[in-house]
Amino acid sequence: MGTNPYLLTVITFLPLLSVAALLMLRSDDHVWIRRIALAASLAEFAVSLLLLRGFSSTNPEYQFTEYRAWIGDAIHYHLGVDGISLFLVLLTTFLTPIAILCSWESIRENVKGFFVSLLVIETAMIGVFVSLDLFLFFVFWELTLIPMYFMIGMWGHERRIYAAVKFILYTMFGSILMLVAILWLYGKAGTFDLPDILSLMQSGQLSFPPRTELLMFGAFFLAFAIKVPLFPLHTWLPDAHTEAPTAGSVILAGVMLKLGTYGILRFCLPLFPEAAHRMAQPIAVLAIIGIVYGALVATVQTDLKRLVAYTSVSHLGFVVLGIFAFNTTAIQGAIYQMLNHGVSTGALFLGVGMLYDRRHTHEIKEYGGLATPMPILMSFFLFIALSSLALPPLNGFIGEFLILIGTFQSHHAWASWAASGAVLSAIYLLWAYQRVALGEVTVEKNKTLPDASIRERVILVTMAVAIIFMGIASPLFTRRMEASVNNIIEQTSAPRNASRPAAVPLARPIAGHVVTLPAHPVLATLAEKQVRP
Amino acid sequence: MLLLNHLWIILALPLAGAAINGLFGKRWPQSAVNSVAVGSVVLSFLAAAETVREFFHLAADQIPFIGNYFTWMVGGEATSHAFRVDFALQIDQLTVVMLMVVTFVGMLIHIYSTGYMAHEGGYYRFFCYLNLFMFFMLTLVMAANLIVMFVGWEGVGLCSYLLIGFWFLKKSAADAGKKAFIVTRIGDFGFTVGILLVFATFGSVAFGEIFANVSDKSVDVLTTICLLLFAGAIGKSAQLPLYVWLPDAMEGPTPVSALIHAATMVTAGVYMVARMNPLFSRAPVAMLVVAIVGAVTAFYSATIGLVQTDIKKVLAYSTVSQLGYMFLACGVGAYTAGIFHLMTHAFFKGLLFLAAGSVIHAMGGEQDMMKMGGLRKKIPATYWTMFIGTLAIAGMPGFAGYFSKDAILEAAKDGPHANLILWLLGVAGAGLTSFYMFRLVFLTFFGKPRYDEHKVHVHESPKNMTVPLMVLAFLSIFGGWFAAPKLVGGIDYFDKFLAPVFSAYAPTHVAEVEVRVVDPSLRPYPEPSPAMELVRSLISWPVFVGVLGLLVAWYFYIKRPDIPMKMAQSAHALYLLLLNKYYVDEIYAALIVRPLLWISTNVLWHVVDEGAIDGVVNGTATFARESGSQARKLQSGNTRSYAAWVILGAVGFTVILFVILDVVH
Repeated sequence: MGTNPYLLTVITFLPLLSVAALLMLRSDDHVWIRRIALAASLAEFAVSLLLLRGFSSTNPEYQFTEYRAWIGDAIHYHLGVDGISLFLVLLTTFLTPIAILCSWESIRENVKGFFVSLLVIETAMIGVFVSLDLFLFFVFWELTLIPMYFMIGMWGHERRIYAAVKFILYTMFGSILMLVAILWLYGKAGTFDLPDILSLMQSGQLSFPPRTELLMFGAFFLAFAIKVPLFPLHTWLPDAHTEAPTAGSVILAGVMLKLGTYGILRFCLPLFPEAAHRMAQPIAVLAIIGIVYGALVATVQTDLKRLVAYTSVSHLGFVVLGIFAFNTTAIQGAIYQMLNHGVSTGALFLGVGMLYDRRHTHEIKEYGGLATPMPILMSFFLFIALSSLALPPLNGFIGEFLILIGTFQSHHAWASWAASGAVLSAIYLLWAYQRVALGEVTVEKNKTLPDASIRERVILVTMAVAIIFMGIASPLFTRRMEASVNNIIEQTSAPRNASRPAAVPLARPIAGHVVTLPAHPVLATLAEKQVRP
Repeated sequence: MLLLNHLWIILALPLAGAAINGLFGKRWPQSAVNSVAVGSVVLSFLAAAETVREFFHLAADQIPFIGNYFTWMVGGEATSHAFRVDFALQIDQLTVVMLMVVTFVGMLIHIYSTGYMAHEGGYYRFFCYLNLFMFFMLTLVMAANLIVMFVGWEGVGLCSYLLIGFWFLKKSAADAGKKAFIVTRIGDFGFTVGILLVFATFGSVAFGEIFANVSDKSVDVLTTICLLLFAGAIGKSAQLPLYVWLPDAMEGPTPVSALIHAATMVTAGVYMVARMNPLFSRAPVAMLVVAIVGAVTAFYSATIGLVQTDIKKVLAYSTVSQLGYMFLACGVGAYTAGIFHLMTHAFFKGLLFLAAGSVIHAMGGEQDMMKMGGLRKKIPATYWTMFIGTLAIAGMPGFAGYFSKDAILEAAKDGPHANLILWLLGVAGAGLTSFYMFRLVFLTFFGKPRYDEHKVHVHESPKNMTVPLMVLAFLSIFGGWFAAPKLVGGIDYFDKFLAPVFSAYAPTHVAEVEVRVVDPSLRPYPEPSPAMELVRSLISWPVFVGVLGLLVAWYFYIKRPDIPMKMAQSAHALYLLLLNKYYVDEIYAALIVRPLLWISTNVLWHVVDEGAIDGVVNGTATFARESGSQARKLQSGNTRSYAAWVILGAVGFTVILFVILDVVH
């Protein structure tokens, strides 16, 4: 390949290195803190693009791998990317400079601390995406929490402490269960290495009794589902978003929620395939409830940022649904939708943040008629809303449609219910846009608001270009994902010669349909009786 | 083959126009914006014309001619369910008709708009949206697969949203735009699921591959697909029960109403049904539903049109009604008649809207016909062209609408899927149409002025507005003639031209039925002479009710103008019901919109989210804090109590351990 063998390490820790540089600066030297943070994050983005050059889209295995002993024999420093994590890394490196740029003027207190937190989060998030060792993964996973906690708690709005505590309690609750599961898994497998554990499972040397598998699956899934967030574990999200500073929301919605869906895809499915199939039905139902519920609750919000936060519940429902359809197209769509949501919802939060910078409120009724004083900002706002409501040929449409078409192959009802989300998203976004932008200017102060500044236009144009590009050139992304997605699906459904009680026949995908109900003993005997005569 | 190999040029031109005006138009003078906007559409029309000329040189097996540009969406390429969508355009006979209608009428309306919008703010924005609309509409009619069609389909919806709400400072305009987008999206929900089912059934979304494999699919699946797709058509083409957005859409500038909400976009549903005819023809139940929805809508909205006083609202309900006729045609299997009516309707309804715009322009923005009257002499060009449009829509013999409407009603009466009740609804609707259209003309142009002649200075519109009117008036007269020969026993060019599209994949038994009807030797009576045929068609029911409508309108609004008032009073309840459009908007608000918002706010948000879920979360936190502060009390410093707790703990631990062990074993 001819690329640097340490590329992933460089990408992961470059932000942390720039943190060291930031720490050298005087705390009141805000200009240079911002400039260095921006330059470092741009450099990081440029370096991360090198991944595309060496990446082979036909190779389902991990690429750019690095493997080194770390703590004892069991814990390794094992990095690698595949078609699933590749674009999530790029999403992270793409959104971080945007987040820095949008905080340029709005963050005035403890500027250094803020940008340090932002860059630490970047390292942590990339670390989560590239770790192939469960222990290492968990370290990065937890590392994302602390700076985000500070970001909400220190630079947030009125109810920031409540929101920060709620955020940390919710996620810690899930994390602890996951830690227990990871340790238990280590106890069984004798290693934290994900590829090793998977090959032990493939060869039949490692297997779990169904009930244990279900519990382990549950422990992992709960941690991830909180992060996604899947209904009904979503109530931390509106609070965290509403109180977080703009950059916090962009990172939170743009990347952090995907840690959850990524985790499901990377760990829950291949490690606990039987359980994943058994639980697919209830999880899909929760995802669909989330799609509809998030959209309905978003519709009636009076706080613009809270409205956008609820749309995430709806959009991430699509992603979870796509994952549990166990279909290549649907999972490709789910990954694409993760990227889209990062761009579109991130951009929506950026727009909301620009309004907040001017008026210091998120209340919709404080706005109205803004298209007159600020036509450029509002045009972009509408454009972003259109991408979020999945208008073809913009990016949101591709993700949603791939999910729907893949899911529909085996689950007509799931996809049909989910498709109703497209109607609802038009309602909440266009209604919100009308209340903010159209009509006469209702609040006197708003008449003189300045339109988008050069810096804001740079941000908005960048996001708009990403939206259009991802709407037109989706094969550039989905083709690179396919081999890895097929790999995951294979791992999730490959029969293993595990020694398990024969009396418990488990779910297997049968001719594209997934039988998700465990065989009930009574039903099983009934079935036998029917066969007998 | 110069342009045929570059079909994309036709739609790239208006897209470029939209982009240029959108980016730079704000700083440019109107003349520059004009030349970009009108120029791009004129060029697009010329490109389309040249493409069609080249198309006529193609051999039959080269049609549909497909241009495949790039792969747009892929999923699961290596699996058995590979999903792949190319950005592909095609041209066949049906596309040729649509292409010419869209680019030609679109071009005229662009020219007209340069006059109509000359004094409006946001001039560049208007033309940017209008050009963007042309791009999406052309994408819709040239698409070679369902997904690219859906791009156009949603895109025209977006432009409709933007243009209805063009005067966004008015709340009613912003409301109407949003309503249009959301209501059509409800239909699009069906359309989306329909596309999903098409792919699951056929393994492809490309028209050619769908149609080639249609014959071995079960009727049930095809019926489901057709009904789902038709749901999209109901929304987009404003049929019962989703028509409610179109009358409100009249909040947009009048050229927009003419182009988008009469001539082109709203006919997309008809086009889609005609395009998918191989599926519909094999799903008799779906066909019947299409025909019923069409006929009922045609009659229903005509009744509302009877009492409206806003000149544009009358035309809006009339559009809903005429679209109903097109669906009736498709539903009884007369796709050609449906498309033919689509075309003539584009001419005469485009004309009527533009003429109405000219009236409104002349009246300084007034839209209420009760405040007009006697305009005949003051704006003669508008009057004469509008009168021609009215004759055409009323189906007076010789005018464009006569041929197309007659073809539809004939198919409903004598065609392979004839249905007498639907035919009756259609004929009754035709009578009502004639009545409300002549009512409109008489109220506007005849009688005494009912406005303050000192305040309103009525003036004829400028040339760039009247010339498009005249061109469309010409087409409203002669636009139907190339289908006319059938009525005098000759060859029907339009029918023959479109035949490859509608018969190539037609189910065999239906084809046989059609052959039997057409074949003169099988007719029970001798073939009538052309003259006989002409006489017979002139005394047909549609013509009879059309003339009747004209006479009644004349009697009511010219001879005895006091009668309508008296009738409104004597049948007050009925009058109010019609005037308030059967209260459908109010019923939807009460049954759907308000309950949904109430439940979302009071149940989902406040009870489930804040009450139940957050209650549990906050409760857990409170419990932890409270139990912590209680537990603190245990640390009393009293040695005896410590000892007691140690023993109690040991007992508890043992019990738990045994329980766990028991469970594990």
